Amino acid sequence: MTSGLMTAREAGLIACVRCGLLHEKKIHECTRCGAYLESRDATSIQRVWALLFAGMITFVPANVLPMLKTNTLVEHSESTIIGGVFELIHHGSIGIAAIVFIASILIPVGKFIAIAYLAISVQRKSTLNQHQRHKLYEVVEFIGRWSMIDVFVVAILSALVQLDTIASINPGVAAFSFALSVIFTILSAQSFDARLIWDTDRTAHAK
Amino acid sequence: MRSFPAAVKTISEEEALPNALPPLRDLVACPQCDTLHNAARLPQGARAHCKRCGIRLITENRTAFAQVVSLALTAFVMMLAAVSFPFLELNVAGHHNSISVLQAITAFNDGIALLLAFAVAGFIVLLPLLRLSAIIYAIGPLARGQAPRRGAKTAFGLAEALQPWSMAEIFIVGVTVALIKVAGIATVTTGPAFWAFSGLVLVTILKDQLICRFSIWQALE
Repeated sequence: MTSGLMTAREAGLIACVRCGLLHEKKIHECTRCGAYLESRDATSIQRVWALLFAGMITFVPANVLPMLKTNTLVEHSESTIIGGVFELIHHGSIGIAAIVFIASILIPVGKFIAIAYLAISVQRKSTLNQHQRHKLYEVVEFIGRWSMIDVFVVAILSALVQLDTIASINPGVAAFSFALSVIFTILSAQSFDARLIWDTDRTAHAK
Repeated sequence: MRSFPAAVKTISEEEALPNALPPLRDLVACPQCDTLHNAARLPQGARAHCKRCGIRLITENRTAFAQVVSLALTAFVMMLAAVSFPFLELNVAGHHNSISVLQAITAFNDGIALLLAFAVAGFIVLLPLLRLSAIIYAIGPLARGQAPRRGAKTAFGLAEALQPWSMAEIFIVGVTVALIKVAGIATVTTGPAFWAFSGLVLVTILKDQLICRFSIWQALE
């Protein structure tokens, strides 16, 4: 399946993760940019799991606690992420409701599952669907930042809607824990060393 | 297996015997799957993709440095405009509220709102500005055909590391969502800074497309 293609590691070389320059195995510091050289990131999977759990834990208060606190002349209301989505549907903005729902619920949950699947498949030395798994990794890396939309919406609304007594909007605790959750999951995806996906089938072939 | 139009050759088993490898400077390993390719003598304008996983490895384009620097300078100036001019204006029941991004950030002064302000300021303004400065500093001399500045490698490494954390384009979508949420209770209009910001997003995307990691690191040596 992989005949004709050979990796830097098989050639006895290490590629610098920062600048890409290739070195012989015995060298430990990149001669061009000074980064530490390692053929594969040995602590990758550990860091992926740790940061993924941190992201999952902070995702709970992000959904349970209020995201927005609205004060108007007649009422005081607090809304959670999902509450905000229902409000938008109620006002008839189905498209925007869909954007918020996808960015704040579907993408984060999908990312948790995708990262966990990638980590487990690498740990089990799976040789299945390597191309699909690599694609999945690229998608996860690309899409992660877009979850920040709702945090920015809250920030813009609370800066914009400050009209003394008539109406004011303030951020709730959830805005902060949601931002943390997104940051942790981005870091988790970054810690994943994609080369590990491709390693397993080569080591299997070699034996 | 899919095949990609690649100007690079992969290294075969025979070539990889000790001492038979091409010079290390001519090799490129895919950062995502570690597959080794020979990158020597790519024609001008060629794009090379990894034979195994398909990601873009090299874009051989000698005019790209000047383009990247000029786009980075453009983005820098637009960022200053986007931050200081009015961004959104809100009208409700005779009350008028106009904010710039700077005002939006400095408006928060307590607890959670302050933390949120730091996050927004960082992701939207500070990190993108830092990244643009690093790119201009590192690639500027290369565009003029001069030797790289001291610390240029550190600067470019920093610019690379900051890329996922510059979230200007996400902010724009956030603004759109916020506008529609408020539309029910007030009239909101976009100010000049909104357009500066939108332009900035386009320029940044164009610039990042032109950055070829391989060529820049080679030139920084």
